[in-house]
Order: sequence, then C-alpha cells, then structure tokens
Amino acid sequence: MSAVAVPKHEEAPALEIPSQNYLNDGYSIRSWLLTLDHKRIAILYMVAVAIFFLMGAAFALMIRLELLTPAGDFMEAETYNKMFTMHGVVMIFFVLIPSIPAILGNFLIPLMIGARDVAFPRLNLMSWYVFMLGGMLLLTTAIFGGVDTGWTFYVPFSSMFSNSNVILATMAAFTAGFSSILTGLNFIVTVHTMRAPGMTWFRLPLFIWALYATSLIQVLATPVIAITLVLLMLERGLGLGIFNPALGGDPVLFQHLFWFYSHPAVYIMILPGMGVLSEMIACVARRRVFGYSFVAFSSLGIAIIGFFVWGHHLFVSTQSVYAGLAFSLITFLVAIPSAIKTFNWTATLYKGSISYESPLYFVVGFLGLFVIGGVTGLFLSTAGLDVHLHDTYFVVAHFHYIMVGGEIMAFLGGLHFWWPKMTGRLYPEFWGKLSASLVFVGFNLTFFPQFLVGYLGMPRRYHTYPPEFQLFNVMSTAGASILGVGYILPFIYFLWSLKYGKVAGPNPWRAKGLEWENTTSPPPTGNFEHTPIVTEEAYEYSHLPEANVVRASTH
Amino acid sequence: MSEQAHISAAHHDPFVAHQFDDRAQQTEAVSLGMWAFLVQEILFFGGLFTGYTVYRSYYPDSFIAGSYILDIKLGGFNTAVLILSSFTMAMAVYSAQNSKKGSLIGYLIATLFLGFVFLGVKVIEYSEKFHHHHIPGFGFQWHEPIGNAKNVEIFYSFYFAMTGMHALHMIIGAAILIPLIILAWRGRFHKDYYAPIEVFGLYWHFVDIVWIFLFPLLYLIGRHAHVG
Repeated sequence: MSAVAVPKHEEAPALEIPSQNYLNDGYSIRSWLLTLDHKRIAILYMVAVAIFFLMGAAFALMIRLELLTPAGDFMEAETYNKMFTMHGVVMIFFVLIPSIPAILGNFLIPLMIGARDVAFPRLNLMSWYVFMLGGMLLLTTAIFGGVDTGWTFYVPFSSMFSNSNVILATMAAFTAGFSSILTGLNFIVTVHTMRAPGMTWFRLPLFIWALYATSLIQVLATPVIAITLVLLMLERGLGLGIFNPALGGDPVLFQHLFWFYSHPAVYIMILPGMGVLSEMIACVARRRVFGYSFVAFSSLGIAIIGFFVWGHHLFVSTQSVYAGLAFSLITFLVAIPSAIKTFNWTATLYKGSISYESPLYFVVGFLGLFVIGGVTGLFLSTAGLDVHLHDTYFVVAHFHYIMVGGEIMAFLGGLHFWWPKMTGRLYPEFWGKLSASLVFVGFNLTFFPQFLVGYLGMPRRYHTYPPEFQLFNVMSTAGASILGVGYILPFIYFLWSLKYGKVAGPNPWRAKGLEWENTTSPPPTGNFEHTPIVTEEAYEYSHLPEANVVRASTH
Repeated sequence: MSEQAHISAAHHDPFVAHQFDDRAQQTEAVSLGMWAFLVQEILFFGGLFTGYTVYRSYYPDSFIAGSYILDIKLGGFNTAVLILSSFTMAMAVYSAQNSKKGSLIGYLIATLFLGFVFLGVKVIEYSEKFHHHHIPGFGFQWHEPIGNAKNVEIFYSFYFAMTGMHALHMIIGAAILIPLIILAWRGRFHKDYYAPIEVFGLYWHFVDIVWIFLFPLLYLIGRHAHVG
C-alpha cells in the first residue's frame, strides 16, 4: 500500500483558464442580470446569500453580546425579540433554504447530468428575481424596525398583539417561498427529462438524488406555508378570526399548518448537505460510496417520512397524547435513513485512500456535528423528555447542530470542493483547512454548552437569565467569536483566489463525474463541447490509473 | 450573446429551446413542469380545504347558515359556465393538434369569454355580499335566524379566501390566454408544436376542478337548512 507520488508536472501541460467560459461570456451588468445560464444564476444567488448570511450573522452577534451577562444590559427585551426573530427569518428563509439548492444545485445539476441547462432557464432567472423581491421586503422590514414574533410567527401573538412589522416579514417569507417552489419544480423536471444518454437513475451522483428529494419537499410543502401566511396576513390586516380564539378561531390550527411545511423544510435544510457530503466523501476516499442505492433511497425516505412528523412540535400545544405518541414514533423513524447515510459514509472512508485536503476537513467536521445533532434529535422526539426540554436551549443547540453544523458545514465544504470548477482557480489549501478547523472548534464551543444549559432549564428567547448560567453563555459567546473568524476567512481567501489563485485545470481533485471529467474549469456557457455519453456508474474511482496514489495537487 | 451559447446546441429547430435536444424532450419537460406545478397548487388550496374542514366540524350549524344565503342560481350558472369553458378549452387543444388555426382561435376566444362571464358573475355575487355586510373584517353583520354571527364570519372568511384565490387563478388564466390567442393568430401552433396550448389546458381544467369542489362545499351544504 505504499503510496507512490506522481512526479510533479509529469505530463503537465501548463494549465490555463479556457479562453471561452461562462464567466467571460459578456462582462456587462446586463449580461449578468438577464442571463439564462444556470451557472451565472448560481453566482447571482451566491452573492445574494452571502449578503444575507452576513446580515443574519450580525443579528446573531447582537444576541451573543446580550447573553454575555445575565442582566439585560445591552438591549431591551423587545429589541432582543427582534434580534432573534430577524436572525431566524434571515437565516432560514434567505440563507439555509437557498444555500445549497439554489447555489450549488443550480450550478451543478445540469453539469452533473450532462445537460446544457436546466429545463426552464427563464423560470430559473425569475425565481432569483422573486427571491430578491423577498429579500427587499425583508430589508424593508428591518428598516422599519424589524419583527418580534419569532421566526414561527405564532398566532395570536403575531395576529393580534405584536406591534412590529409582521405583515411585511410574512410577505418576505411568502415571496422567498415562492422562489423556492419554482426552483424545486425546475430541478424535478430537469432531473427527469434532461439527463444525458446513458445517465440512468442509478448512475446519478448522490448529490442529484439528494437535491431531487429536496425539490419534492420544496414543491409539496412550501405551498402550505404560503397559504397559511396569506391567512395570517388577512387575519392581521382585516381582523378576521380564522386563528383568533376570541372570534371562534383555533390558534393551534396555525401551528399544525405552519409545521406541516416547516418540519419538512428542516429537511430542505439538511438533505442537500447530505448530497454534498456523498460527493466529497467519494472523492477524498477515492471509492464508490458504500451502499449507493441505500444512500439514494434514504434521501427519498427522509423526504417522505419528513411529511408525517410535524406533530412533534406540538407535544405541549394541546395535541392529544395519542397523536403525540404517533408523532413521536414516526419521528424516531427519521433516524433510520439518517443513520443509513452516516454509516455508509463512514464505511466509504474505511479502507479508502484518503487524502488530507480541505474537503476532507469539512467532511469530518460534518460527520461529527451531524451525529451529535441527530442523536440529540432523538432526545427531543421522545414525547416525555420533550416536555422537559421544550423551548429550552437544548432545542436551540440541537437544530443549530443540524442546520449550521450540518448544512452550513456541508455548504462551505461544497463551495471549497467545487470552487475550482466555478472559478477555474484554487484557493490556498492551508487557509481552507484552517477555516474548517476553526469552524469545527468554534461551533462546538458555541453550541455544546447550550445543550447543558438547556437541560438545566434555561429557556430560549429571553434576554436575561439566572447568574448560574453565565459560564455556559460566556463559553457560547467566546465560541461564536471563533466561529465568526472561521466563516469570515473563506470570504477573504475566496475573493483573493479569484485573481491570485493558482489555475486549477479541469479536474484538480482528479474526481469522477461529468462536471470534472467532461468540461473545462470554468465550463463554457453551454457546459459541454459535445453532449456526454455516460457508460459507467457514478464514482468509478477504481478505474482511475492514479487511484491509491497521492495526487499532484496535494503538493 | 456570443456564439459560445451555441457550442453544444445539437439542433437548429426554431420550435425547440436551446437547452433541449428535440421536440419530444421539450414536450415532456413542459408537461411534467405543468403537472408538478398543479401538484403544488393542490397543496396550496389544500391548506384552505383543511381549514374549511376543521371549522365546519367545529361549527356545522353556522356553516350551513352561511351557505344557506349564498345564491345557488348564480353559483350553479357559474358552474355550468366553467364546465362549458373546459369543453371549449379541450376543443382548442384538439384544434391545435390538428392544425386547425381558425377553430383554435375561436375556441380560445370562447374560453376567454366564458372566463370573463364567470368573473362577472362573481363580481355580482361579491357586491351583493358587500351590500348585506357579509364581508368579514369590514363590519360583518348577521341578522339571519340561524347561525352564530362569529362563526358565520369564519365561514365567510373561508368563502372569500377560497373563491377569491380561485378567482385570482381565473384572472391569471385569462392573462395568459390573451398572448396565446395572439400567438395562435400568428399561426404559431400546429400539429408539430402545440405544447403551450396543451399545458395551458391542464391549468385551465385544474382551476375548473377546484371550483367543482368549491361549489358543493360552499353553496350546497346549506340546502338542508330549515329556516323558520
């Protein structure tokens, strides 16, 4: 098993950026804003999401500063309510949901399946504009003083008592949701009808399976939140009584309708990350993903089961204990496909020829954080224990482990993995590894103490707390600072690499897949010179002569 | 854009968009797209139907009372209008498939006309509700001998949300029909290319089907009420 290093520059013709690629196909603002190219639309999304991410992070910073001390000495309760609400609304509707699907999905789906574009390029551009309209509404909300209902917009507080901009904020979420539906619809049709000759369903990269499952959720669940938010707007604007108990309405119905979307939406925020992980793990281990079809079907399994678990958010909301029992049981079932994925990924690493490049750091980081997040999910789905943990920091820690530790880690990893494909240039490896390590350490320091303090009884959504919880909160705030550095670094070296990064060449990782093997970096506007014909399964790394060999790019 | 866009375009068929290989692929994609869109529409209306079901089970008497004063004649007339418009729409698709330009234009215009008739009747019904202060949120009043005012108001919230959302879909449909008529006039559709007519037909039939559910749920449940 002695690894033989390939002599550097053996056959190496000097790498250069292809003279014709999607990035230099027109430099005008117009050529970007009216583009129908899925790759440019992905870049448009990336810029927008990066801005929203900084915005959401700023709100998080405010929260962590306030919680540094037990007393409310930095802001008032109402301001604090607005901070965590805006943090949640921005991060969920404008960062997590579009992050992997709209950026990496848009960029990669046609490339991975061997198509020239998505099925409906105009619809694709339109969904970006709809998304930006939602973003503008959100900014307007922030400028007019924010919203303080929590991202869940629970009635009757949101419909009757809140004095903040509930209608604007719900319109922002409604609009962003519409964009999410259109993107999902586009992807479903693209995967069904645009695959290159020979690209059968079971030759698809697992990223496509994950995005397909995500798109199903986006198309099936989002319209329900849309109509629910419409009813909420009508109720607040016109004083209707649909959810108002004083007028004969039922506020718990709102919670049911809300979570019928929002629980599946949690899987919109993790399934794509799982897809990214499958791609990266096959490449860093240089092996076919262990149990390909199980991993593929587990994505669909999570999407389907995810539709029948919303009641676990209502264990303490007057739902009957029998309903609670059923929802608890079904929620446990989600662990099965999730565990199938995790075990298959680790089995892929086993006896793999692992290379220690920055994508591996993100892979390992994801696995560690996702396992903690997933297992604590089982605590919360236990109906009895949830009564104790409900609305405590335990819940906050749990969903941050999944959404930030899982999805954002995978998103960053995917960005590092495909950055050479998107831009044609390499980022500095050392800084990539450093960023992944800082994120991992900072994240654990931020959120692990929250499990403890939540178990001890600290409720979420308060700006003050008893002094005995201060140690945990100081750790959290300290960790958040490290996490912040870990997130800022990629912004800097990615931008740096655009100009100064080493030219990557078409396949710097020597990875399998149409996007690596059949086109240049960056790809031309039409993606491929000739429509590829697929003749092998996904991840056939064993066919590569350089398998089990340290790659040139690691030097 | 530059010639780059055409690097991999495998065809020069003016009726096929650049991202597709051939007409069959394009037709399949377009109709699958519309079916997927209709599925999300079902879920969208599904939220309203769920709410309706919950409150009808809470307040059956008030729902019957609210339904009792809806104008069944106008509602029934509108149902007939919509079913007829589904027929003209189906005939429009048939005409396009057989390259009959004249009858295609005729049937599309008939469909548009019937859509406007439906919306016109809806305006009459809404304004009648306005005169009787039966619009929730705008000084709702209830003087009938049956039903509880508060709960009848919930019935009317759903009546307006559901028929309003349906009417919005009719208006969007009409707005799409007009450019389709213009394109048909220019001879754009024939037996080799009629996907837009076909998928618009799917949408139109879907909106009709929603009404087929709305009509009994809103207008007919009050027929069993015994007043006085």
